[in-house]
Amino acid sequence: MSPEEILCVNNLKQHFHINKDLTIKAVDGVTFQVKKGEVFGLVGETGSGKSTVAQTIMGIYPATSGEVYFKGRRISEKEIYRQNKKDLHLNMQIIFQDSAAALNPRMTVEQIITEPLKVNRIMRNKNELRDKLESLLFEVGLDDTYATKRPAEISGGQRQRVAIARCLSTSPDLIIADEPVASLDVSIQAQIINLFQRLQRYYGFSFLLIAHDLSIIKFISDKVAVMLQGRLMELAPTQELFNNPLHPYTRSLLSAVPVPDPVFERNKKILDYDVKDVKTQGEMVEVSFGHYVLQ
Amino acid sequence: MAEPVLQLNNLSVSFDTSSGEVEAVRDISLSLNKGEILAVVGESGCGKTVMSQSVLKLLPKTSRIKQGRIIVDGEDITDYTEKQMRRLRGSVLSMVFQDPMTTLNPTIPIGKQITESISKHTRVSREQARQRALEMLNLVGIENPEQMFALQPHFFSGGMRQRCVLAIALASNPKVLFADEATTALDVTVQAKIIDLLLDIRDKSGISIVFISHDFGTVARIADRVAVMYAGKIVEIGTAEEVYYDPRHPYVWGLMSALPSLTKEGEDLTSISGMPPVMLNPPLGDAFAVRNEFALAIDYEEMPPMFQISPTHSAATWLLDERAPKITSPISLQRRTEV
Repeated sequence: MSPEEILCVNNLKQHFHINKDLTIKAVDGVTFQVKKGEVFGLVGETGSGKSTVAQTIMGIYPATSGEVYFKGRRISEKEIYRQNKKDLHLNMQIIFQDSAAALNPRMTVEQIITEPLKVNRIMRNKNELRDKLESLLFEVGLDDTYATKRPAEISGGQRQRVAIARCLSTSPDLIIADEPVASLDVSIQAQIINLFQRLQRYYGFSFLLIAHDLSIIKFISDKVAVMLQGRLMELAPTQELFNNPLHPYTRSLLSAVPVPDPVFERNKKILDYDVKDVKTQGEMVEVSFGHYVLQ
Repeated sequence: MAEPVLQLNNLSVSFDTSSGEVEAVRDISLSLNKGEILAVVGESGCGKTVMSQSVLKLLPKTSRIKQGRIIVDGEDITDYTEKQMRRLRGSVLSMVFQDPMTTLNPTIPIGKQITESISKHTRVSREQARQRALEMLNLVGIENPEQMFALQPHFFSGGMRQRCVLAIALASNPKVLFADEATTALDVTVQAKIIDLLLDIRDKSGISIVFISHDFGTVARIADRVAVMYAGKIVEIGTAEEVYYDPRHPYVWGLMSALPSLTKEGEDLTSISGMPPVMLNPPLGDAFAVRNEFALAIDYEEMPPMFQISPTHSAATWLLDERAPKITSPISLQRRTEV
């Protein structure tokens, strides 16, 4: 693992044993690396296991097998995770789709945003905390009148901004965002995506973005991985993937992306794929520089 | 010109809440011809769902139709009672909702749920109803309908469930189908298939569809005409080509330029600043004025009327008045139409 890789996921598997006859292989052998300051997009349909990947990286579930390395340390190992717990809590942050469920309804925005600073004992001084809060609110495009409000009093887009401010408070090196804009309106979606892009350029954190909307991934990511049934089908730099998709599933996915152009849409032929025909087993093979396809 | 199957004349719907009256739908007029697909696009809370539910009278008791008429197939149904409505629902008007799992009864086999809706509306024998249900399952593209007939909804995937809901909605040959965000919860590949299915059914049976969505992308494939709603009003309506290639309302400009697929690489996404208004105390003039960078003084005082641009295309913005300064759509949108 080279030093510039901040996150390295190696043959990660996450199997859920429902009962003795049924095991769901939510993630079944996923390998990828995220470099420092890179925006990595993970796409796939519902149930393809992309959220489980995020949650396993964060240590919410212990992995069935495989390794997760964060800054060279094997954090999928319980012992190593425990030793580095404090550092990991500060440097890895996650943003969820449903901000209403992610934020404590009984806390004010101020408490929500400053909580990580207090819990991790980064700041204790009240004035310092107050300054930090104001600058964070300003960063995400809110003003300090929001500090005393509770999550239920603000709109979905504003709540997502609060969640972003909270996750920025510890200046993390890696942010994982699981469908952060899926439940927002188009015009608000654009505001949040712009915000992510601006913050990412300014702070330079690595960003693992999980989404099902390919147009957003295309807009913001440097690299894209396509997931199906718990496995990666294709991994390539964004330009390369969109211009030259090789896996039949990726092609089908790209052809199905709705384009806001009636004449084009009506004449468009959607490439169909059959789950039975698509090869989901095999090895990832590098076909051109940085472009891997399952073969 | 054929008689429209659905006509709304100056429809306003409001809700009585503890903090006052909320006007969710304000003065909407539209008509829908046989075999036509009208897409209604707007952000959450703009009244698109209330508009469709008021036609089917599915709204709670706190709501009332303040003014306007609803005419279905030449008949004024504005004052229909619940009993009369029950006859219309399913047979003339039908609706498909966003979440198929809440629409379907989880304990009853799919087949029974379809035959139920058939035998409620038409006098048929059990065997005939079964045949018709199998036919419907075939039509919506479910393989091995005989086997699927006895299965409960949880055996099906999201896309398959939505197909079953469509089968129920279409079983008694309705004239108008309301599809309220019917494809929103589905993956893009499944979504595309459902849309092609709707188009196919329209071609076969001549049904009219009101397709409600917030996504300009999906709408492009299905719509003949597009209506854009904001704060309970239709701000622009026209054929799909007119609205997509020659939008006139600043709100529609904003929505279109906010789409990532229309933005060039390296540019910021254009977003509409601010939030949609709360309709508890609707502003005096144009509800969009505060978010509109091209707002004129009159926008804050008087609501703009519908300006006709072509026989099929009209928009409600003072920018179209002859006294208004000449403002053209943003460059990013023009660039697209030139290509």
